[in-house]
Amino acid sequence: MDLPWKRAIVVGASSGIGEELARQLAASGCQVALVARREEELNRIAGEINSTSPDNLARSFAHDVRAYDDVPELFQRIAQDMGGLDLVIYCAGVMPLGEPYNSEKDRLTLETNIMGAIGWLNEAAKRFEREKAGTIVGISSVAGERGRRGMPAYCASKAALTCFLEGLRNRVSRHGVVVVTAKPGPVDTPATKGLEKLPLLIPARQAAAEILNAARRGANNAYVPRTWRPIMAILRGLPSGIFRKLNI
Amino acid sequence: MSNGETRVSHRIASDAVAMFPVGISASETSVSDAATDSAPMALRESLPWDHAERVEAWGMNKAVLSYVYRPSTVAGIRKVFELARRTGRKVGLRGAGRSYGDASLMAENLCLDLTRMNRILRWEPEQGLIKAEAGVTIRQMWQYVVGDGWWPPVVPGTMFVTLGGALAMNIHGKNNWKVGPIGDHVREFELLLPNGEVRACSREENSDLFFAAIGGFGMLGCIISVTLQLKKVYSGLLSVHAFATDNFEHIFREFEARGDAADYLVGWIDCFAQGNALGRGQVHQANHLIPGEDANPAQSLRVDSQELPDTLFGVIPKSLMWRLLRPFANDPGMRLLNWAKYTASRTIGNHKTVRQSHAGFAFLLDYVPDWKFTYKPGGLIQHQSFVPAETARQCFTEQIQACHNAGIVPYLGVFKRHRKDAFVMSHAVDGYSLALDFAVKARSRERLWNLASRLNAIVLEAGGRFYFAKDSTLDSETTQSFLGREAMERFFALKSRWDPDDLLRTELSLRLFDGFARK
Repeated sequence: MDLPWKRAIVVGASSGIGEELARQLAASGCQVALVARREEELNRIAGEINSTSPDNLARSFAHDVRAYDDVPELFQRIAQDMGGLDLVIYCAGVMPLGEPYNSEKDRLTLETNIMGAIGWLNEAAKRFEREKAGTIVGISSVAGERGRRGMPAYCASKAALTCFLEGLRNRVSRHGVVVVTAKPGPVDTPATKGLEKLPLLIPARQAAAEILNAARRGANNAYVPRTWRPIMAILRGLPSGIFRKLNI
Repeated sequence: MSNGETRVSHRIASDAVAMFPVGISASETSVSDAATDSAPMALRESLPWDHAERVEAWGMNKAVLSYVYRPSTVAGIRKVFELARRTGRKVGLRGAGRSYGDASLMAENLCLDLTRMNRILRWEPEQGLIKAEAGVTIRQMWQYVVGDGWWPPVVPGTMFVTLGGALAMNIHGKNNWKVGPIGDHVREFELLLPNGEVRACSREENSDLFFAAIGGFGMLGCIISVTLQLKKVYSGLLSVHAFATDNFEHIFREFEARGDAADYLVGWIDCFAQGNALGRGQVHQANHLIPGEDANPAQSLRVDSQELPDTLFGVIPKSLMWRLLRPFANDPGMRLLNWAKYTASRTIGNHKTVRQSHAGFAFLLDYVPDWKFTYKPGGLIQHQSFVPAETARQCFTEQIQACHNAGIVPYLGVFKRHRKDAFVMSHAVDGYSLALDFAVKARSRERLWNLASRLNAIVLEAGGRFYFAKDSTLDSETTQSFLGREAMERFFALKSRWDPDDLLRTELSLRLFDGFARK
């Protein structure tokens, strides 16, 4: 795909959609900083990308998104290494399975999915606002549009991310910065392995391609795939009393 | 070590430690094994965010984020150098930021903006010798001296450049074939080397630095003051004669014929014209007045008499002009404007002689304030080539034809006469230059850069040269070819000697010399 960016950060690049985003960005000739917790995975992916690209486009940075205080410095370092920055994608996310009432698990979900996103995307917005250019992509989810019985904390984290991204967009778009909220439905990634009932499941490769395409267009909200747009319009409109009776 | 590190060290010269500043978590240090092998994990600080600014090329074709410092003293500049070393960053020098391309940009590193170093240090009105800090602009300088009957010997098309920038690029004016570049009029300058030492450079003292730092695009040190010999003028007015030219053949003939008699010569080219009219345009010849020709020289030498008018035709505020031009910032619009200008030059203005102030004649680019905004949002690039007299006509014809073949016609063409000079990184030839302004548009950007490569090849073939103040499109191979091995080696020997850590860099130097500087 012909993409407009030259230098990108993908946070959460060690698997799933993030890995695919990094690969596709590099394939278009974009330098990519892969950020994630799992160093071995990161180095493997960066190594694979670099073995096929002549310019060593990928580099990896092991970082736990919950180490919020490290972000500003790491961010500056990555931007310096790449000689600038055009695109920041926050893709780190967890959806821990297990017992329903486990605050530990829910805290991890919120810390990773929303607090980590705020840490990275605030930094991105602060920079791009001053630079008067740049694209920010947050990977939210269709799950952020209704509170579902199976995953209240996950839905809350994505609802918060969607709302945060909208606020960020309203703040920085006047400075020429594009903020894209990507809302994938189920995507075939390690996070969804073993789960049942995955309607409209798509491969990570397709999800990444659609997200990059939406970002290139400068879309505000991108349902991935687009089929989710009318479905979610209906689901959002359902009265709570009816929605809670549905087994979703 | 991740494979990405190779790329990093490619970009930032051999200073691997710089990439691993303070506070990176333990798990990350293993990513950087190779770097920490060669140097201990030195603690480096981040740069303060409040200094981060968007810094733009004058042509608006590129912008970067840099940490900008604007010291007002030499001690302040030294502090910036120290900060760069402490944080493992590079320093890009910037004057008024009037280079069209990336000559004063350095992304993610320090930008040393010298515009506050703007004091006039000494003025000798009897000799016309001025010593000024590097951030003094040509505007500030001429306004200071014109009342005493002096004028800068060489000025560019805009008065807003700084002296430091003018020396770093070794600017030329519309009198280049007669008086050479600005470097030919510099008595001495002081250069702050990256090690903090100040050296006076002149033809006698540190002459190797004198001939390399002038035109050295800020790579050898920071020029902090300049001593310049100005030109005595009797009147504040010039006699300006304008006439239309039919094609390249005609304009070359006129320039050859008028070379001896004229003090200034400049040609405008309508790049839309083709066939027999290819290269058609208009010439302006200006001459200094001789004593007696101006009855009131003291009046014409007043700053007020020199100032450009605020309005066009006495009514339209010039600050609005760029907005009025915007509807014409497309191919049909510019074709029309070029045609109208040419038609006017053939009819109402042909072979007329008028009196014009020095500033009015010299600073054409300042007539319409912010005219570059006409080119928003993509900006513009200028392609200026300097071609020996023997091959110039053929070369310029091929260039314009190549533009038409590519479907990208320059909106403005400017034609000048030049001569060789003795500076190491010289852009000058004994011949002519053609400067072409191109609008940068998102949808045709790649095609434009391809066209520029084609133009570069045509120029190289004709034995031509290029000018860093204007460039956005050269590559390292073309640059090294036109400069020649000997000049490159001379220059980079000085660079290694005086800036061994490669502290001074710009995006332009990375683009054009990265490979060579490493060897």
